[in-house]
Amino acid sequence: METHAHFAQYTGWVFPNETIIDWTVLLAVYPYLTGLVAGAFTVSSLYQVFGFQRLKPVAHLALLTSLCCMLFVPMPLLLHLGQPLHAFNAMITPHLTSAMAMFGFFATFYVVLLMLEIWFAYRPYIVEQAQKRTDLLGKVYKLMTLGSYDVSERARKVDEKWVFWLAVAGIPGAHGLHGYVGFLFGSLKSREWWSSDLMPVIFLFSAIISGVSLLIVLYVASCKLRRVPVDLACLKGMAYTVWAFIMIAFVLEWLEFANIVYKGREGVDTIMAFVTGPLLIPYFVLQFGIGAALPMLWLSYMIWRGTTGRALVFGVTASAMLVLFSVFMMRWNVVIGGQELSKTGKGLIFYDMPFLGQEGALVAILLTLAPLLTLLGAIRLFPPWEDGHTPASPALAGAH
Amino acid sequence: MKNDSLPSIDARRKFLGKLGLAAATCAGAGALGAFAPAAARAAVSAGGSFPTKDYDWTNHKWAFGVDANKCIGCLRCVEACKTENSVPGNPHQFRTWVERYVYLEGETRARIDSQQDPVNIAASGAPDKYRFANRYQGAKVEKAFFVPKLCNQCEHPACVQVCPVGATYQTKDGVVLIDETHCIGCRYCVQACPYGARYFNEAKGAPDKCNWCYHRITKGLQPACVDACPVGARVFGNTLEKQSPISLFIRNNRVQVLRPESGNSPNVFYVGIDKEVS
Repeated sequence: METHAHFAQYTGWVFPNETIIDWTVLLAVYPYLTGLVAGAFTVSSLYQVFGFQRLKPVAHLALLTSLCCMLFVPMPLLLHLGQPLHAFNAMITPHLTSAMAMFGFFATFYVVLLMLEIWFAYRPYIVEQAQKRTDLLGKVYKLMTLGSYDVSERARKVDEKWVFWLAVAGIPGAHGLHGYVGFLFGSLKSREWWSSDLMPVIFLFSAIISGVSLLIVLYVASCKLRRVPVDLACLKGMAYTVWAFIMIAFVLEWLEFANIVYKGREGVDTIMAFVTGPLLIPYFVLQFGIGAALPMLWLSYMIWRGTTGRALVFGVTASAMLVLFSVFMMRWNVVIGGQELSKTGKGLIFYDMPFLGQEGALVAILLTLAPLLTLLGAIRLFPPWEDGHTPASPALAGAH
Repeated sequence: MKNDSLPSIDARRKFLGKLGLAAATCAGAGALGAFAPAAARAAVSAGGSFPTKDYDWTNHKWAFGVDANKCIGCLRCVEACKTENSVPGNPHQFRTWVERYVYLEGETRARIDSQQDPVNIAASGAPDKYRFANRYQGAKVEKAFFVPKLCNQCEHPACVQVCPVGATYQTKDGVVLIDETHCIGCRYCVQACPYGARYFNEAKGAPDKCNWCYHRITKGLQPACVDACPVGARVFGNTLEKQSPISLFIRNNRVQVLRPESGNSPNVFYVGIDKEVS
């Protein structure tokens, strides 16, 4: 029998079966994408539900980004499964004691919610396009009207109500989905690095900052590509959001690390050897230093000095890119780092990521970029820009 | 533009209502499906003749004993297990393995190695043969012992808890089995096991682990490793029988289990292990 297993190098004492790293880089991409979903949705909710008017220019882009990321969330899992054709067993025969069993239901619920919200938000635009266009795309829009061409004041009020309540339902939906991903790891008692009550909360806050950061980058890039000026109030609003949440995320992550060190349970020596050895650069330098502390200080400086104009756009975008990188490193350090620390508490295993192959770096990169390419298509179907075709105005007026 | 405001709103309301009904029906069907495997299993066990005609799993509560004082580290058990259960012939995937603990003079912590150690691999000669290299020949050894390891068939198995589809499950007689035909291959169970007892079999697309040779024990035979052990370091039996080898082993010794703090309540009982064994 031929085995395709890749054996990992190790030091110290590890169990023989541990010398194959089971969860690869794709399992780091999975929470990363889920986090982007939740974070992007946060921006949309801040406008739709909490009335942050300055985020209006990105409110619909946020919804589309959230959906495009969500569509690809199951992909890393499917590519990783040993028997992907059995994947639907998780929904047909869910084992209710398993944290993982609920993923299919949560994900489906959230995708349906997002699609509904986008449909209601864009209905006037869909109707307009369906009536205006005679080409193939016109037929697509016609199909998307679901037979309803009513865009009267009254009908739009109903749409706005739906958008509002779907946005309200989406807040626990999106954040629950990501907190739950944190729970998948935090609830495992087999690994000291994962077994933490703080894990779901840490995942949640890092998700928020990653999603908002992605929107900052997308928004600024879209403005540059469309040659329209960046709405500085909107950008600053997103920068404030990242700034506020990054501080919470940063403190929580340090608290968790401090907990592990201070409790000093069995295996803490190996953990210390790990974080000061192989994890020194990915954890302290990349995740905390360059990825979190630097953008936090940079954003603080800009807010303190009242930076504006090009410097603000550059600073906020650069900070957002660093945050995006930091959050990916956080996922990596949790998923891969957790497995590099042996369950024996007495040894370290080294994950050697292949570039090619079903679970290699190339696939991971493509999977991370796939939502962005899909977003390009989604933007053509549903322009989220305020200056062009304006989709249904949000529910603020009607619902508040 | 078509202007059918009120009827259209009604139509949309009806449509959304139907959508909700459909979603609820799907969710209900899913929830019913969740109970189907359990119901099927209950029906099988009620017959009392699964998987072998004369075997009644309600009359058995299996347990396993390891006397580390007796183990000589010959690894016949490991080879027997690999052959019996078609475990891949490499030094990285095991249903059972043996650990060597060596305290050298002047050292406070044990040096631990097992079959995946490069020095032991070199000493073995072939991928499906396993030997402990004679690496401490010139050293002053204060204390040394071998510890056979295998799945603990826990009373509260973390692997069963986390399996998203119920493909890994606990039988009435206490053994944890894997239904490879239902498994999705997510490897959550591999991560959840605190003992490193599971490995992922790439060829099957499913995890694998020791099941105490369930195909043998349900026919009245001993697990292959127990049969192969030349010194009687491995003890197996039915705890519901007072005079079975395992009942006597547990009764006559001060036994301990691995990682009791995990809450898994293992069913492999050890004698003669040391503080560093986990």
